[in-house]
Amino acid sequence: MSRTPELIQARPVPRPSVWIWAGIVLLFAALFIYGLFTNENYRWDVVGQHLFDPRILAGVGWTLLLTVAAMLLGIVMALTMAIMRMGTNPILRGVSWAYIWFFRGTPVITQLTFWGLLGVLYPKIVLGIPFGPEWAIDVNDVMRGGLIAAILGLGLNEGAYLSEIVRSGLNSVDKGQWEASTALGMKRGTTLRRIVIPQAMRVIVPPTGNETISMLKTTSLVMAVPFMMELQFVSGAIGNKLFLPVPLLLVAAIWYLVITSILMVGQARLEAFYGKGFDDERPLVRAKGMSRRQQAILTAHTVRDTPNLDVTP
Amino acid sequence: MTAMVDVRDVHKLFGDLHVLKGVDLTVQRGEVCVLLGPSGSGKSTLIRCINELEQINAGRLYVDGELMGLREVNGKLHRLSDKEIAAQRAKVGMVFQRFNLFPHMTALGNVVEAQRQVLRRSKADAEARAHEELTKVGLADRMDHYPAQLSGGQQQRVAIARALAMDPQLMLFDEPTSALDPELVGEVLNVMKALADSGMTMIVVTHEVGFAREVADQVVFMDDGAIVERGTPAQVIDNPQNPRTQGFFAKVL
Repeated sequence: MSRTPELIQARPVPRPSVWIWAGIVLLFAALFIYGLFTNENYRWDVVGQHLFDPRILAGVGWTLLLTVAAMLLGIVMALTMAIMRMGTNPILRGVSWAYIWFFRGTPVITQLTFWGLLGVLYPKIVLGIPFGPEWAIDVNDVMRGGLIAAILGLGLNEGAYLSEIVRSGLNSVDKGQWEASTALGMKRGTTLRRIVIPQAMRVIVPPTGNETISMLKTTSLVMAVPFMMELQFVSGAIGNKLFLPVPLLLVAAIWYLVITSILMVGQARLEAFYGKGFDDERPLVRAKGMSRRQQAILTAHTVRDTPNLDVTP
Repeated sequence: MTAMVDVRDVHKLFGDLHVLKGVDLTVQRGEVCVLLGPSGSGKSTLIRCINELEQINAGRLYVDGELMGLREVNGKLHRLSDKEIAAQRAKVGMVFQRFNLFPHMTALGNVVEAQRQVLRRSKADAEARAHEELTKVGLADRMDHYPAQLSGGQQQRVAIARALAMDPQLMLFDEPTSALDPELVGEVLNVMKALADSGMTMIVVTHEVGFAREVADQVVFMDDGAIVERGTPAQVIDNPQNPRTQGFFAKVL
């Protein structure tokens, strides 16, 4: 048993600037909070009345539905496009490039308006086998209410951004993994599915969480379609009817903050899960809930990129 | 009986860089061929060409009598499809300097994976074979460990088992012990010696001159993209004729 040495107990270096800043911030915070309570124009009574208004709650529901549906479409598009972009077929590579070029190069509000007007451009889409049976789709019928157009608009736009994230994830996997699989006689598709994608998830998943938070707020633009049931539009409409736009904006803001806060907690967990041990040489301790498989990927350092790439529209 | 490997006047260019400048090499069945030479002499590139990880730019390359990567029809050359190349590769096992195990699979999973995906063996057959190969390389008690939980020497032995489970007719080793701590080199070399004794045809790129002297049937010394000298270990290592070979062994021995 070794002798326990006398531990160093020294006073830290004084940092007066911390106290000065604390004073300044506290002063402004106090002024702001005082204003929140004394400024009658906020109309907190109206905020309280409408926070759990069924129309507002339905708006929250539609916003969540749009977010989830658009992200799902985005992820499917992103995987397809990233794999096409990295493939050997030059035509498919071109298609993927053009998709990303177009959907990343135009504002999402323009795209949403366009999808809303699709029925004007193509009132009917006819699918058929030459000389055989035909099926006609009434575009205006399908697009009624704007939900499909909103999901298409948001999802296809998101797919362009996510595909760059997926591509950087796939590229971040060590080239040796491709070589080993190739030398064993595995085909490209098998290698992607069984070897590369599972390891790329470490890089792909955390920024996808970031994109989900971004998407939640982007749904407020679907009034351009127009789709008129999500949170921002509904609260705006109620506010206009009451001639009290400010309290209803606060209602919307509170709900967005609540949902993003929940998503941020989830995102932080995901980042901890997928990023743990990235800087450490060998994480011998497994994070809570982390699978052995995940730990093994992290420890192997076959994936090099940071998982916290920030790619925001 | 054709040779296992027949390399005829092979050239490889990376852009302007002429890496292989007309290499001829024959490796008979059951023979162990060790490639020696300074870094950048083209040894690794040569064996990477043999299993088509790199495409050659000139010459012909035959494994087991079969032209690799190409088909000759009426005097015209056609590239083989990815599927055909994959089938040719499956006959050639490869072990890398940096092991390249799949980190998200256990030792057993690493050995099972390609048997299932490429050879379409049943789960039971593939696992039985993986048990057998891992036991042979002395890792019977490490089957459920992930690569991160294994030492470098153990990882490299899993990589050898993974290649052997595919029933290769030829094994290529690309500096298999260069990434290992000195005390772990021996365990990998012992596995390779046992494999050579079992009659496997092997081409080994290494800096382990002792291994070459003990195990090789043919030692090939390469420098600047060409074969400078070849022969038995006694000829090439202990009594080199070419001044470049002499200079190399004077420094490393």
